[in-house]
Amino acid sequence: MKQFVIPAALLLLLAACSSTPDKDASAGAPVETRGGPGVATVTAQGVDSHNLPAVLTDPNNILSKRSVYFDYDNYEVKAEYKDLVASHAKFLTGNRQFKMLIQGNTDERGSREYNLALGQKRADAVKNMLALLGAREDQLEAVSLGEEKPKNEGHNDDAWAANRRADMLYNGEF
Amino acid sequence: MLRMLIELRRVGLLAVVLALLQASAHAELTIEITGAGANRIPVAIADFGGDPAAARIVTSVVRADLERSGLFKMVDGGGLAMTETTTPPFEDWKSRGADALAAGSIGGSADGRQEARFRLYDVNKQSVLGGSAFVTSRTMLRAAGHRIADVIYEKLTGEPGVFSTRIAYVVRVNAARYELHIADADGQNAQAALISKEPIISPSWSPDGSRLAYVSFENKKPVIYVHSLASGKRIVVANFKGSNSAPTWSPDGSRLAVVLSKDGGSQIFTVSADGSGAQRLTTANAINTEPQYSPDGQWIYFTSDRGGSPQIYRVGVGGGDPQRVSFEGSYNVTPRLSPDGKTMAFISRRDGGFRLSVMDLASRQVQVVTDSQKDESPTFAPNGRMILIATEAGGRGVLSAVSLDGRIKQRLSVTAGDVREPAWGPFNK
Repeated sequence: MKQFVIPAALLLLLAACSSTPDKDASAGAPVETRGGPGVATVTAQGVDSHNLPAVLTDPNNILSKRSVYFDYDNYEVKAEYKDLVASHAKFLTGNRQFKMLIQGNTDERGSREYNLALGQKRADAVKNMLALLGAREDQLEAVSLGEEKPKNEGHNDDAWAANRRADMLYNGEF
Repeated sequence: MLRMLIELRRVGLLAVVLALLQASAHAELTIEITGAGANRIPVAIADFGGDPAAARIVTSVVRADLERSGLFKMVDGGGLAMTETTTPPFEDWKSRGADALAAGSIGGSADGRQEARFRLYDVNKQSVLGGSAFVTSRTMLRAAGHRIADVIYEKLTGEPGVFSTRIAYVVRVNAARYELHIADADGQNAQAALISKEPIISPSWSPDGSRLAYVSFENKKPVIYVHSLASGKRIVVANFKGSNSAPTWSPDGSRLAVVLSKDGGSQIFTVSADGSGAQRLTTANAINTEPQYSPDGQWIYFTSDRGGSPQIYRVGVGGGDPQRVSFEGSYNVTPRLSPDGKTMAFISRRDGGFRLSVMDLASRQVQVVTDSQKDESPTFAPNGRMILIATEAGGRGVLSAVSLDGRIKQRLSVTAGDVREPAWGPFNK
């Protein structure tokens, strides 16, 4: 059920530790510092992306569009996005080997964790619509990035509108 | 630093060394005092005796700590020479306006260790209030200074000092570099515990101060980790389908309250510190997030929009019907309880601004503490006297330590980047 994700750097780090002859150092590898107990630095690794079929990236195809925008403090998919969501549902229905990650986003106003939950509501709304239109539950995952990954880093109405968004990503893109 | 490098080479972690050097280049926190208490105790810290370079470090740390707390006014000793063995010239110090006086020295020992000793006096009563000796070393002089300041603080205020504690916070260097830092409470000795291309939020200290739980987006979705600071070893505590977020520890360190969306919506669960045994606590088809245990371990306070707007509720750790806690205003989030469980810090939207507020839980009386626009993420000092928050100054993310009455304020910032997501660590045992 639960996945234990160990980034490559951490694996290297563990490998480096286990190859050292000094057992005491390898057990915990504490770093001596001036201020108190040590802190060892870990570098987190990202995820690689792969190429997608042209139909998903051709700018003339509706499937190249991936974003659904929301009103302030709202998580209802507006009518203007229903065709877009329906097109992706159709693609997923016809291509069962594809999986989709739906990432919900919010503007910067308010608490980070509350915004994470609000973004989840937006992602869930898109996911539920995709499922209703034929995509299978095991093809879909709805997650939230909250206010953490703004598309527009400004601090005005335009920026906030651009950031109240759910993005649909296919495997290889996440 | 040199010693740190030697240690690291010994275990062959060159990559980590490079990361560390990169981190420290732009990571130093600077502290600016922007407010002080009304009735500050006048204290004199005589220049410490012994090795002049070492004595200077300890003296300046003790003075800076006490000054920064906003509770003390430093009385200038004018270079009056004395140590813990001198009989204090009380009349001299009295005429300078000091109510309390500390004097001490740094003594060396054969093994290269040093000892910092001091005595604290009541100038008016001409009596000894206390004193201690701390074994130290050239690289631990600042730590000795913090220990001495803690003793002085406790003797003069009746509450333990927090100068020897540590804080965690996140630095956003740019859109592709996030660093989780651990620093001394005065912002010094900052070290990166995690460097990532993706955001890191919601760090939370284990009660013993050895581990941090946090949310990392390095896998393009929020996943909860528990990170042992000394070893850098991390375990994934929650990576269920959907989002995993908002971890905070139970007071005994055995469990974490978390938010999982695996069953649909954002629901509060508790899990063991190793990630096993998830138990669901909330059922409302609404947002439920930002859980925090009460210090007695009996309640979990959280934020929910079940009533139409985000408000603070609490639920028993065994489940049951949640009770609403906040009523004033249309946006009250991020409940954080004081160590004695009597006060709740939270963020309230007032006149369009997000402001640090405190509620006396017995009377439900609310006080808005700041007049800021963008306060977030309150975290209590372990003695309950100050609250550290993230806020904005000059368009940048900074940290601000605020006393509960709002009078005492310190601002912590870094020269390059935004600082956010503070978490004040426990007492250093």
